Amino acid sequence: MSPTIVTEVGTELPPLSVRLTRADLVRYAGASLDFNPIHWNEKTAKDVGLPDVIAHGMLTMAVASRIVAEWIGDPGAIVEYGCRFGRPVVVPNDDEGALVEVTAKVTKDLEDGTVKVNINASFDGKSVLTGAFARVRVG
Amino acid sequence: MPLDPSFIGRSYPPSQPYDVSREKIREFADAIGATSPAYRDAEAAKALGHGDVIAPPTFAIVVAMKTNETVMFDPELKLDYSRVVHGDQNFTHHRPITAGDQLVSVAHIDAITSRMGNDMITVRTEISTVEGEPVTTAKSMLVVRGEDA
Repeated sequence: MSPTIVTEVGTELPPLSVRLTRADLVRYAGASLDFNPIHWNEKTAKDVGLPDVIAHGMLTMAVASRIVAEWIGDPGAIVEYGCRFGRPVVVPNDDEGALVEVTAKVTKDLEDGTVKVNINASFDGKSVLTGAFARVRVG
Repeated sequence: MPLDPSFIGRSYPPSQPYDVSREKIREFADAIGATSPAYRDAEAAKALGHGDVIAPPTFAIVVAMKTNETVMFDPELKLDYSRVVHGDQNFTHHRPITAGDQLVSVAHIDAITSRMGNDMITVRTEISTVEGEPVTTAKSMLVVRGEDA
């Protein structure tokens, strides 16, 4: 860890905005081997009652982890990462895709050389991950 | 039909070893738009104290998911996979997954609960090296939507 990174409680991490398009979903499906068609096939998504194709919850979770990795420098410092999947990120079939906005803040010094960082990821003005947090080694 | 709570505590046989490669890590990092050099450049990763390139924090799902399928498709459990939604996910990294690792995972059913017609099942996957060094504990809570839910 670079000594210039401030890890005090209350520190806000540099925010992150990520656009997810259908192409990103297909690429993630291939990389993660999660080929559930609700993530690439409009018909299947609508047949199961979704408004359209949705991003993999695990893709949203992975994208949100970047805010912490890019801040701390060493992604290996992330010793724990968890979230609940609150709402789906609906991805239209256009060039714009869906905009996911990620913010995060150091909320607690766990006094074992790690801090807790709470993460918020929102789409369409609503939070999509619930209770997302990372425990990050800073010592 | 609700899931049988007597499956709580059940463990499944260890998976075949999963060989972690630099290329797979790079592919995964590309797919999530992650730019950290530690995912791509062995020298950069070594400068941070790692043995080789390391995987992003959620990469463990690739390793865990295959193992979890043995639970999902356990004929005795009678789980309707087409009704499964991912409820929550947690990774605890005892150390980062690193290129060159040969990983074995063991799935355990930690919890089964029912609420408002939905079943919730928590699968804990203990990922370790073939030598037995603990690497990652991945916990997935899956919701099996009820017929009327």
